[in-house]
Amino acid sequence: MKDAVDTPEERSAGLKGMGCARKRVEDVRFTQGKGNYVDDIKLDGMLFGDFVRSPYAHARVVSINAEAALALPGVVAVLTAADLAPLGLHWMPTLAGDKQMVLADGKVLFQGQEVAYVIAEDRYIAADAVELVEVEYEELPVVVDPFKALEPDAPVLREDIAGKMEGAHGPRRHNNHIFTWEQGDKDATEAVLAEADVVAEEMIYYHRTHPCPLETCGCVASMDKVTGKLTLWGTFQAPHAVRTVAALISGIAEHNIRVISPDIGGGFGNKVGVYPGYVCSIVGSIVTGKPVKWIEDRMENLMSTAFARDYWMQGKIAATKEGKITGLWCHTTADHGGFDACADPTKFPAGFMNICTGSYDIPVAYLAVDGVYTNKAPGGVAYRCSFRVTEAAYFIERMIEVLAIKLNMDAAELRRINFIKADQFPYQSALGWEYDSGDYHTAWDKALKAVDYEGLRAEQAQRVEEFKAGKTRKLMGIGLTHFTEIVGAGPVKNCDILGLGMFDSCEIRIHPTGSAIARLGTISQGQGHATTFAQIIASEIGIPADDITLEEGDTDTAPYGLGTYGSRSTPVAGAATAMAARKIRAKAQMIAAYLLEVHDDDVEFDIDRFVVKGAPERFKTMKEIAFAAYNQAIPGLEPGLEAVSYYDPPNMTYPFGAYICVADVDVDTGEVGIRSFYALDDCGTRINPMIIEGQVHGGLTEALAIALGQEIAYDDMGNVKTGTLMDFFLPTAWETPNYTTDHTVTPSPHHPIGAKGVGESPNVGGVPAFSNAVHDAFRPFGLTQSHMPHDHWRVWKTANKLGLHG
Amino acid sequence: MIPAGFEYHRPTDVASAIEILKTHGDEARVVAGGHSLIPMMKLRMADLAHLIDLQDIASLKGIEIGADSVSIGAMVTQHELITHAGLHEALPIMREAALQIADPQVRYVGTVGGNVANGDPGNDMPGLMQCLDATYVIEGAEGTRRVKARDFYQSAYFTDREEDEILTRIEIARLPAETGHAYEKQKRKIGDYATAACGALVTMQGGTCTAASVAMTNLSDTPVWSEEAGAALVGTSCGPDAVAAAVAACLEAINPTEDNRGPVEFKRHVAGVIIRRAIERAVSRA
Repeated sequence: MKDAVDTPEERSAGLKGMGCARKRVEDVRFTQGKGNYVDDIKLDGMLFGDFVRSPYAHARVVSINAEAALALPGVVAVLTAADLAPLGLHWMPTLAGDKQMVLADGKVLFQGQEVAYVIAEDRYIAADAVELVEVEYEELPVVVDPFKALEPDAPVLREDIAGKMEGAHGPRRHNNHIFTWEQGDKDATEAVLAEADVVAEEMIYYHRTHPCPLETCGCVASMDKVTGKLTLWGTFQAPHAVRTVAALISGIAEHNIRVISPDIGGGFGNKVGVYPGYVCSIVGSIVTGKPVKWIEDRMENLMSTAFARDYWMQGKIAATKEGKITGLWCHTTADHGGFDACADPTKFPAGFMNICTGSYDIPVAYLAVDGVYTNKAPGGVAYRCSFRVTEAAYFIERMIEVLAIKLNMDAAELRRINFIKADQFPYQSALGWEYDSGDYHTAWDKALKAVDYEGLRAEQAQRVEEFKAGKTRKLMGIGLTHFTEIVGAGPVKNCDILGLGMFDSCEIRIHPTGSAIARLGTISQGQGHATTFAQIIASEIGIPADDITLEEGDTDTAPYGLGTYGSRSTPVAGAATAMAARKIRAKAQMIAAYLLEVHDDDVEFDIDRFVVKGAPERFKTMKEIAFAAYNQAIPGLEPGLEAVSYYDPPNMTYPFGAYICVADVDVDTGEVGIRSFYALDDCGTRINPMIIEGQVHGGLTEALAIALGQEIAYDDMGNVKTGTLMDFFLPTAWETPNYTTDHTVTPSPHHPIGAKGVGESPNVGGVPAFSNAVHDAFRPFGLTQSHMPHDHWRVWKTANKLGLHG
Repeated sequence: MIPAGFEYHRPTDVASAIEILKTHGDEARVVAGGHSLIPMMKLRMADLAHLIDLQDIASLKGIEIGADSVSIGAMVTQHELITHAGLHEALPIMREAALQIADPQVRYVGTVGGNVANGDPGNDMPGLMQCLDATYVIEGAEGTRRVKARDFYQSAYFTDREEDEILTRIEIARLPAETGHAYEKQKRKIGDYATAACGALVTMQGGTCTAASVAMTNLSDTPVWSEEAGAALVGTSCGPDAVAAAVAACLEAINPTEDNRGPVEFKRHVAGVIIRRAIERAVSRA
């Protein structure tokens, strides 16, 4: 028998369990063009929906005339708000406790807003019909600046709630004000600021951008009038939540709704929310009795589905003259667009922005966030980050640099003397979080040594001399970041979305021959769940990862869960996977003991088998146990070998990392060349090093894009200036620098396998690293702060203002 | 992003294509690689009833390297410009410039004829053709005529070509062996049009410049060839003063406009840098 002769190392390697750089099983179909995305779904008699969208950012809709469109052969219906109103579906609830127009109800609030929904026999006819719908608008004054939106005489954007001074998150003080969210101790913080040796103050703007997944949003809705069952395929990062929300707003019983997320071509937060296209497609299918498909084009995606960031963060940081931080104050003005459709846990209207004390032991802090309506698209999703964590990380990592300038200190040393120490964990932050674990000094020292930080500073000083002597026109910047994330939402006691608790789940069934299927409440959009979650099971149960099928995304088969975003899959569903596997292992232990005719306590788990303690030649493999579980009558045990776990995490996880970017900045052309980028990530236990590395490379490239040019920009009329990939910066391989990845491992003490999540770290930590590099290049010439994105002309402008163009 | 309906024509000779153009007037357009026209149709900014695809017309293809000149068919792709060994030997600036257009996927389909005939000030080839003093061969119902690239462009998207004419070939005289070349382009990313781009050809004999040509892309509503810039270099050793004079002449000739790449002040500054780099690199290779 082969099992008897393999060494333990061989048996362990054969499982391809945790720690193995297992190749992604998903890639076989993706690299062969055999993925199955929403737009690949074709049903008999399927119709196509397309939107008439507003060309104006703020206008009254005077009239809609669909006669010419309806007269076009092949056009089946044109829906307007008037058609949806009798169903109560002309507005829909947002994830943030606000409501949003499904179709323009009397007015429009942003360019690209959905005004009418055309349904036709094919997408070409639908596109032609969109052109034929005549909409008469009366333009209204446009507000694109959130500060101007709060001025006393600003136009009222949301007439539906005009005068309502109580919102979903407390009092509103202005018709364009959504909420104020306060955390920490205001009085104590202001007292510290008043008495501090040094206070650095700066406005840090994190501009509006967009997740821009390669696949845009879309769905196919199919209402079977015979069974009364609605099937909805879509680009959903949270299919179960979509089912529940659809049941609540449509009145269709939840058991009659099946939501399926097929392959998803990237989400990055863009596919968390519910969009008018989904609602209109469902209504369209109910009205026509036929399946209706809706797929956004790229411009629609950039213009109307969820944006990210757009935070104006006014900061004050207090310190002793030696550099010990004594307090942090932040007031954020958050531009939410026309509707508050942020994807945040209900109790957190500004997400986890209160992680903005970062990696530092700051004794007292205060944060206030004002949410504001403007004539821009709604959204505010977590673009490859946990809720508003990247804004928080950017804020504190810029404030540290600003403080270093004020103190005339080295920014690496300033960080070091303020880090939370390893023996302070679990650490209670001034803004209310309990950091589970960390070892920042070790990571920081390893990073500085790896890049030869001292050497880089010496080279930089020399470069400044050469620049001043006219020998070069390129400056050198060293961008430092030590970020701490808060991911894995989250404990049901304080994290829910629309009342749905943010636990997650895994169900595992072992087949009689020892292979398995596992289903989870999450949904991969490129993260490689089918690869990594099988590895957790392989290590926990001892059956090869290659023998485990992993399924997600079908609400009729998968256990209920809240989906994939905010780096929550591994911290929550990954924990559920380990817990379900352990239930199976416990039963397997009883079966093994019975088969080996010893007491349960006399066998122990050994890689892929249970062995009799002290007699390793006596064992039963998991394969044998699985067969016996189904086919042998075992007294006191039900047949079968399966388990389900619903995991409610006791705490968030707190991944961290140390990133160092070296950039060369051409003061004449404004070009920023990334010479090197070192990324050390500590995501706790590492499940698949290759997938981690891939995640870090991808996230850093998004961070590069955001820091150096990617934005959703509006002109004063509320027109989107960056609505195509010509102007919206999506880097290609050509623009992508080389990355050096590294790691330390500080396992999460409360997670079953000690894992923390990694997918979002590189975006969270990467943006400040790239941005700090650009700032650092100009520090010797007096720059304190310049807003992102650092595209050519803005960098040039910085150089120009500093007098570097002679 | 779905175009309105249109009728698709695929003639196999130039005369047939011209006939279709004549029949349908401004309802018809020819399409080469389609990288400009197809997006405009998808955005419904170009609405035309008849699309005439030129890809089956054999006479529009091929690169001919003669003793004194080079002839390039309008349907030659950017990829062919890059990989043609004879062209690289005769006019190395062609490869250098073509490699800076978009990305390999675009260059497999994008054509030199479409690039120069469309009249888009963002396209790189028009400026390059002015730099090279190329001649465009234009065929119409009335026969064949030749127009200098330097005389072809009137304003953005308006050229000397009549609506029922087709640009069929490009003829370029070969350059003296002592000619250095450079095509410099600053762009925000792969696939972008230039913030500023410049082609330079400098012939040096015995340490003295005997001929020079400098042309720029996306710095006005047409490509800009600066005769004065060339004149500032000829007869000099192309030292710093002469180069500065040439750059100054170029900056006199351009008229950039503000767009998402930046305001005019920035573009003029970048143009000065790019033009200087192009001239200096061409001189260094002469």
